[in-house]
Amino acid sequence: MSKKVEVKKPKIKAGRLARREAIAGYLFVSPWMIGVVIFLIRPLISSFQYSLNNIRITPLGRMFKFVGYQNFTQIWLEDPDFPGQLLSYMWSTIMSVPVIVVFALIIAMLLNGKIKGKGIFRLIFFLPVIIVSGPVMSMLTAEGAASIPSMDVQSIATALSGFLPYSLVTAISGLFTNMIMILWYSGVQILIFLSALQKIDGSLYEAAKIDGGSGWECFWKITLPTIKPMVLLNAVYTVIFLSNNGNNSIITMIQDSMFSGTKEKGYGYAAAMAWIYSIVVTLIVILFALLLAGRKDIYDRQVIKVKKARKKEARLVKTIERRGRRNVKKLERARKKSKYRTYDGSLGD
Amino acid sequence: MTGLSEINKEKIRKFFLGSKDKEGFLKLFIVYALLICIGFVYLYPLLYMISNSFMNLDDLLDTSINWIPSTLAISNYFQAAGSMDFWPSLGKSIIIAGVPTLINVSIGAIVGYGFGRFDFKGKNIMMGLLIFSFILPSQITMMPTYVLYSDLKILGSLKAFIYPALLAQGINAPIFILIFYQFFKQVPKVLLEAAQIDGAGYFKSFLRISIPSAAPAILTVFLFSFVWYWNESYLTELYVCGLFKDSAWTTLVVELKNFATNYTAYQTTGNTASNINESIQMAGTMLSILPVLLMYFVLQRYFVESIDRTGITGE
Repeated sequence: MSKKVEVKKPKIKAGRLARREAIAGYLFVSPWMIGVVIFLIRPLISSFQYSLNNIRITPLGRMFKFVGYQNFTQIWLEDPDFPGQLLSYMWSTIMSVPVIVVFALIIAMLLNGKIKGKGIFRLIFFLPVIIVSGPVMSMLTAEGAASIPSMDVQSIATALSGFLPYSLVTAISGLFTNMIMILWYSGVQILIFLSALQKIDGSLYEAAKIDGGSGWECFWKITLPTIKPMVLLNAVYTVIFLSNNGNNSIITMIQDSMFSGTKEKGYGYAAAMAWIYSIVVTLIVILFALLLAGRKDIYDRQVIKVKKARKKEARLVKTIERRGRRNVKKLERARKKSKYRTYDGSLGD
Repeated sequence: MTGLSEINKEKIRKFFLGSKDKEGFLKLFIVYALLICIGFVYLYPLLYMISNSFMNLDDLLDTSINWIPSTLAISNYFQAAGSMDFWPSLGKSIIIAGVPTLINVSIGAIVGYGFGRFDFKGKNIMMGLLIFSFILPSQITMMPTYVLYSDLKILGSLKAFIYPALLAQGINAPIFILIFYQFFKQVPKVLLEAAQIDGAGYFKSFLRISIPSAAPAILTVFLFSFVWYWNESYLTELYVCGLFKDSAWTTLVVELKNFATNYTAYQTTGNTASNINESIQMAGTMLSILPVLLMYFVLQRYFVESIDRTGITGE
């Protein structure tokens, strides 16, 4: 008896400490928790509510009129620009994310070697992160500083328009027109890749070289698998960056319709737009996550297989047990029934 | 003779293609050429901007002048600065970027510490929510937030940036929280436990031990937050500058956004300014990024190494 108490005592103390730590943790996190409720969850709910209403601003205040999903149908069926813009945004994002990520990876690989002046190159490649902002970008694009002058985009576009849908062609030619801007978006990604590359153990490459692996093989078998999580991270980051930056035409569109004075537009309409937009962005993020996150290596797959087989077995055992129990009950019931049914009493207990 | 030439061949081959322990000349050449080309492409808009901003109208129209202006037309800068109201705007920009940044850093540190140091129920869900709030486009919460601000009557004042920052919802706050989280997770727990045994409370050990050791993270967050607030034109215009009513607040980037209209206004108020042209616009662009550019060149080490420090790529 006394022994048990002695063993138990420190346990209680640890629990108390853990609880106290948990309370302290909640205290530290509490500003964020309040912030999430006020600036994330509540706006999400009310923006959903807005999107189902037609809201007009009158001198008396905001007038809500419930219209159901009319805002959404109106956007899809009547809005002259939004669906087209959304489609071209989708295409251009899906096209430019791989370009940016691959480009960043190439630059990072180049910088990863023994390069003189690495600092200067890093300085240059990171520079856009500092000065990139909506107005600056639109200024530069307007002045034609964003495209490589000698590149003939028009001919590429006409060549492609023969066999590709229009929106895809505009996305591709947009990619070429704003080549520099696209390259400019890859500053952070380059640094993320670079610092991931520098953490790969050099002995891995040495071992591969001794076994006769070429640089090409080393890249596919060592480098890429190691930095795969970073590829995903960079892809997601790029999508978010492209869709949240102030140069995005959809964002300005949402803002314009938010403050538009016409009868059918306004807060509700803009909220519906924002919802559609967010869903599209999320879908693109999920698309890249699925594309890049899949395919674990052989060992992992084997482990998962075995685990699944075990689970299946356990389930089978359970089912058999359950059935057995049920059968016993059935039998018993049948017996009981038969007890009253038969008269010789041989089956009844 | 043949032996000698073979040796020479071998040498030449080694020189160009490299051997086991030395990179070949060819490979190095390609690497440097690529890097320099891409570096030039990166700098091209900037160089273009600088060179164009010094051109006068004749240079702009003269097709034989591509890069180097015939005279340094510094008047472009004066006119652009005049229309942007440069010095007051600069001061306001610094305040608008600086004050929320300071709050962002301190709140980010507190919340990041909470996530990194303590274990509590629902932590994983909260981290998920944190990442979700980063992925979600801000437009979706923009309208209700705008309505909230206008109900609170803080639109058009700096409070519209301060309040969310106080509740850890400033611009890109999730990233900063994650940076601090990553950093504080690496602080050895033994150190904090020792402090606790010596009688320090949670907050005291946070202030006295964790914060001083987190100087790199603080610097990183400060710089990035400052730059991001500086470059934010959309939310700044919406919340702080006010879209419709005239607010005392403005930033250089917002001025740049409305450069054309501002310039006409500036021109009509009796100044003997020339008509707006490319060069003046480029000068204005240059002026709006000049402060952060200077900051970048002075503190570049901290910017460039920041990603290593955040530990985002794992240890």
